[in-house]
Amino acid sequence: MAIMTRIGLIRLVVIAALIGALELACRTGLIDHRIIIAPSEMASALWTLLASGSLDADIARTLGLIGLVTALSIVLGFAAGIAIHALPRLREALDPFFATYYAVPVFIFYPVLIAIFGLSLMPIVLIGVATAIVAMIIATLNGLDRVPRVLDKVARVHRLGRIATALQLQLPAAAPYLFTGIKLAVSYGFIAVIAAEFILSPAGLGRDIADAYADFNNRRMYALILFLLIVATLINAVLHGLDMRFAARRSGGRA
Amino acid sequence: MTATRRAADTLILLVGLVVLWEILHRIAGETAMPAPLSTFAYLVHNLATPRFIANLTTTGLELGYALLLAYGIGLAVGVWLGAHRLSGAVGEPILVSLYSLPKITLYPVVLLIFGLGISGKVAFGALHGVLPVALLTTGAIRAIPPVYLRAARTLQLSPWQTITTVLLPAALPEVFTGLRIGFTVTLLGVLLGEMFASKEGLGAMIINALQLAQGEEMMTVAIVLFAFAALANGLLLFVEHRLRRI
Amino acid sequence: MNAAPVPREVHAELKGVTRIYPAVPGAGAKLPVHALGPIDLDLVRGEFFAVVGPSGCGKSTFLEVLAGLQKPTAGSVSFEGKPVGGHVPEGIGVVFQEDASFPWLTVWHNVAFGLRRNGVAAAEVRRRVEDAIAFMGLKDFAGAYPSQLSGGMRQRVCIARTLVLQPRLILLDEPFGALDAQTRLLMGDEVLRLWRRTGATVLLITHALDEAAMLADRIGAMSARPGRFIEIIATGWPRDRDSTIVGEAAFGEITGRLWERLRSESLKALGHSGVSAMAAE
Repeated sequence: MAIMTRIGLIRLVVIAALIGALELACRTGLIDHRIIIAPSEMASALWTLLASGSLDADIARTLGLIGLVTALSIVLGFAAGIAIHALPRLREALDPFFATYYAVPVFIFYPVLIAIFGLSLMPIVLIGVATAIVAMIIATLNGLDRVPRVLDKVARVHRLGRIATALQLQLPAAAPYLFTGIKLAVSYGFIAVIAAEFILSPAGLGRDIADAYADFNNRRMYALILFLLIVATLINAVLHGLDMRFAARRSGGRA
Repeated sequence: MTATRRAADTLILLVGLVVLWEILHRIAGETAMPAPLSTFAYLVHNLATPRFIANLTTTGLELGYALLLAYGIGLAVGVWLGAHRLSGAVGEPILVSLYSLPKITLYPVVLLIFGLGISGKVAFGALHGVLPVALLTTGAIRAIPPVYLRAARTLQLSPWQTITTVLLPAALPEVFTGLRIGFTVTLLGVLLGEMFASKEGLGAMIINALQLAQGEEMMTVAIVLFAFAALANGLLLFVEHRLRRI
Repeated sequence: MNAAPVPREVHAELKGVTRIYPAVPGAGAKLPVHALGPIDLDLVRGEFFAVVGPSGCGKSTFLEVLAGLQKPTAGSVSFEGKPVGGHVPEGIGVVFQEDASFPWLTVWHNVAFGLRRNGVAAAEVRRRVEDAIAFMGLKDFAGAYPSQLSGGMRQRVCIARTLVLQPRLILLDEPFGALDAQTRLLMGDEVLRLWRRTGATVLLITHALDEAAMLADRIGAMSARPGRFIEIIATGWPRDRDSTIVGEAAFGEITGRLWERLRSESLKALGHSGVSAMAAE
């Protein structure tokens, strides 16, 4: 425990030193303020921007989109995973697709989706789901594969029906893998929505960053970047914390 | 028997995808979604044109430089964090949280530092690739069983011999996985870079085609990229399996 | 020392039980595998019966057929006079070789698992769960998750989970196979205690001759595949026994006799063809 906190402390010092060095380099003019502004300036710019309320609509839009994309990917991916698991032949045929899916740049289809659906919410939702859903499908398949065979026998000794077996034994046994899928879906959904907004979109935080970049408005641009990085870090921290809580009681020492 | 059936099933799915494409084309109309057949005809006619080859070369060059950077820096950082225990304990979680950040938000910063030319896209691609390479290398080195080192000592190997004949072969398969994933995300980074404020490369071609409503060109570029990425990934996977003796 | 002979009542009965796994072309099983039998056996109510045999001889198949987890290819199984086949009848409890504790439930909820489903009143559930937990020495770990326990403790959780359902026939499939030798001796004592207290019929599958010799009233020595009983040995131990009997002369005699019967079978299982030549050396 003492080791943990010591390393955590060193890590904190390292991060603080990096930020401090950047601050110093910006303040002394070593780094041109037209390239990077000082971290303290980013923070104060973000504070002003948030206080003005002018960002509220775009925050709601972008975070709402990320939530929608993630929720759709998790629900549909889970359902698809269960269905594919039940059809071994389909699954064998799909395996090569799954194996290469994240190796090909699926995002390149975003402009194609705009061509079909116009510059609306639809292409962003679709590219987001397309990016995130496969991770959830793969995680569901993985989870169902790893349900120990002995649980099947336990279910029969306890004379459980199919639905009871699925809900009381298979689902909890597969849960760690499903959670991995959820984490990936959140992460991929976030990246896809921001990237889509950044490259081509009528509104949203990603679009705001692109606009601020085009207007040479560095204070606004860095404030927005800082905001998104903070949100992403917070989401990751919450998911990581949940993961740790599950792992602490479940994984330790099991073969 | 089963292998051929599986291949046939996969082929049926591929055909199904093309049919889906045709249906989408019927619904969305000619300009938004060109027919598969006309796209393939377009592909055959345009693949060898100087314009296509120039863009392909640009993307290829950017990818090459970005990979060089990502692999070089990633391997160095990975070896350092894997071999030095305290650095690893301090640094790895930082890399993990950086890995999970949406790097697209940092693209304007990269552009401000490196400019709009080829170097900005190279840097952005390398920024994507360096983290998985570093993280998997760290993991690979840390996963080497300590008994290997003790065995090396009992065999009186020199430090250099220990590295080349024991540590490297032991860590190689996992390191190679990092290189494969690094390849994938570096390509994605380069393409994302090209899709924003760029005039050259396959990513820029797609955005241009969108603005000019050239559906065939969009689909052609997408297919070429998919084929290239899938092929490269298959090749890297093949090597990886050989390394793992699967 | 022994009490007056109790009336022998057949509790479970196997008649000509045979299990043949069919060939599955394409899945690596080109030929059908004759795993078990034919086996005829009567389990007497309240006895402790152990099955020993070389690895792969069909011991687990035997248990699964008896439990109703598998249907026999030929022959019949009955439990308390009713035929068994395809599903596990009420009154049979099984503890498996693999760790089957549920990692997502605490020890308490693991043990309560079967009861809560059967519509037992909450107060009764609590009483029986706490009783089983105390009996298996898990009192201090009721709120712990299985991952926080050792392998031996996790197997106790699985035994307690079976115990609360008050089975009349308890089947144990090498439950201590993954444990170290000392822990196995202690777990053996636990099982003896459990057997005495519940009055249930116990059938233990094991590959350890000493375990069988120490625990059982009767020991069935099983041949290499296809598994058949080549001898059934009565140990003659008093009902009130524990692991200290490993020091007795009779214990050595029983294990010696078992090994005599099983040595050539074990060599067969290892794949030695010249068994008789080896034995002659």
